[in-house]
Amino acid sequence: MTALFLILAAMTIAGTAAAMSLRNAIHCILALTVGLVGFALLFLQLNAQFVGFTQVLVYVGAVAILAVFAIMMTRGDGSHPQPAFSKTWFVGGGIAAVVFAVLAWAILSHPAMGQVATEPAEITVNQIGDALMHRYVVPMEIMGLLLTAALIGAVVLAMPGKQEQP
Amino acid sequence: MSPLTGCILLSALLFSIGLAGALTRRNAILVLIGIELMLNAANLNFIAFWRYGPNPAALTGIMFTIFSISIAAAEAAVGLGLILAIYRHQKTTDLDEMNSMKG
Amino acid sequence: MADGIKSLTKEDLVPRNADHIVHFVAPVVMVIASFLGYAVLPIGRNMILANLNSGLLYFFAAGSMVELAVFMAGWSSRSKYSLLGAMRAVAQMISYEIPLVLASVVVIMAVGSLSTVDIVNAQATYNHTLAHWFVFTPWGLTGFLLFMVAACAESNRSPFDLPEGESEIIAGYFIEYSGFKFALFFLAEYLGMIATSALAITLFLGGWSAPFSFLGFIPSWAWFFGKLLVIICTFIWVRGTFPRLRMDQLMGLAWKFMLPMTLWNLIVVGVWHFMAVGVVRWLVCAAMIVIPWMLLSRGLRQEKKLQVRTYRFAE
Repeated sequence: MTALFLILAAMTIAGTAAAMSLRNAIHCILALTVGLVGFALLFLQLNAQFVGFTQVLVYVGAVAILAVFAIMMTRGDGSHPQPAFSKTWFVGGGIAAVVFAVLAWAILSHPAMGQVATEPAEITVNQIGDALMHRYVVPMEIMGLLLTAALIGAVVLAMPGKQEQP
Repeated sequence: MSPLTGCILLSALLFSIGLAGALTRRNAILVLIGIELMLNAANLNFIAFWRYGPNPAALTGIMFTIFSISIAAAEAAVGLGLILAIYRHQKTTDLDEMNSMKG
Repeated sequence: MADGIKSLTKEDLVPRNADHIVHFVAPVVMVIASFLGYAVLPIGRNMILANLNSGLLYFFAAGSMVELAVFMAGWSSRSKYSLLGAMRAVAQMISYEIPLVLASVVVIMAVGSLSTVDIVNAQATYNHTLAHWFVFTPWGLTGFLLFMVAACAESNRSPFDLPEGESEIIAGYFIEYSGFKFALFFLAEYLGMIATSALAITLFLGGWSAPFSFLGFIPSWAWFFGKLLVIICTFIWVRGTFPRLRMDQLMGLAWKFMLPMTLWNLIVVGVWHFMAVGVVRWLVCAAMIVIPWMLLSRGLRQEKKLQVRTYRFAE
């Protein structure tokens, strides 16, 4: 539990909490990027360099931009105000609070949490590449197939249909 | 409190924030973002267990996180495509107003 | 320089309807993101800020934050022109980031490392007198050309300067900025251009190494800055020479020509890797690049038959 960890944790929590509670959808996404960068810095702090940089590249560079585009295209940028939360918000909030309470209880009461490795492992990109190409080659191929399918599927879904042309 | 406990508690809190957002927001895009946050919290768990676990050389946590990030990216692309298609039909992204299944 | 200092003293105007916090944060994020990439660029032998194990990934991750800053600037101004400019800029930067990254993947494949230091070290060896720069190989030359076009588009330079096309949308996403913040955007644009040029030098032009072994007495940083100067001059020369592209031409170039060529280039570098060293390898790989290049550009040209243009407006 270092000071660095606490600062990064505070940044991530603030970013994500703001992303889930602000009124303006664009502000939500911008707050979300703060949270995502916090996640990436947490990964870096835990010695997972490759994953941290991938996180920034994928989430800040692609997912956040995609979400912002979607909000602009659906005119959700605050020009047509609507209530931010649904009518049954207290049920959802209650469920989330209960889930957190149960998780925290389970974590704090588990005995194995104290026994941890203190030496950080030095992992190079070459090792990750080796693992991807040997031990995890089948999952990687399936992932490639999934991404291709998602690409084509997203294009088909977002393309305006022929009958809707004016 | 050990560093592992701190990480896991933080990830549980972030998961709950994402869950609360996904359950309470009206804008469909922000619900999707809440789901992304939950996935990210799970990734933090994987990385923490990899870092403080008994066998870091096996790279299991890293691999799982990489695959999880790619699935999350695919999910975001398809999900936002679906929301755009629905918006074109219904002219709204408000989940409380999307209450009919007829196109 | 004088312009930069002068801009400090200018009045800082913020539109009344603007989103003040986002409007203020956008130029700051942009400059920080532009500076971050420099940490992994080796400017001379052993002259690097951080020799990261995944240095290239870091560079592209830092670069991807610029897009968000551009969007923040355009959106927070609450002006139609700046929003249009930002949308154009972001769409263009996302489209050209894919060829940019894929064009540099060939170098990663050839070297087997993501570290910029390892990449330069692999090129700083000599075969008789000539250096092993990747630009001297067929796939390296193709990669370099594609990389430079993508880099030009990525930094919104002419002929890819649609986001700030004066005749259509005045000045693009930073139209509502004035004084020092405007200077920050200007600074960020040039920083981005220099950073991508430096990356191109690192990847394809041998970084700080000399082209011939007998020229090795000149200090390494002098080579690096000499190459940088040549590339920047080329950028300025191109800017003064070519007219601006149209939006559909811009997107068509990225997705229909550059993306297939970069993917094909990956196959060529694989063939190169597994063939024996010699002239035959060079000729086979050159043929493997030139023939698809010709076929692809011919195919794309035939698509463009003269017809009445139809316009489709955004909903």
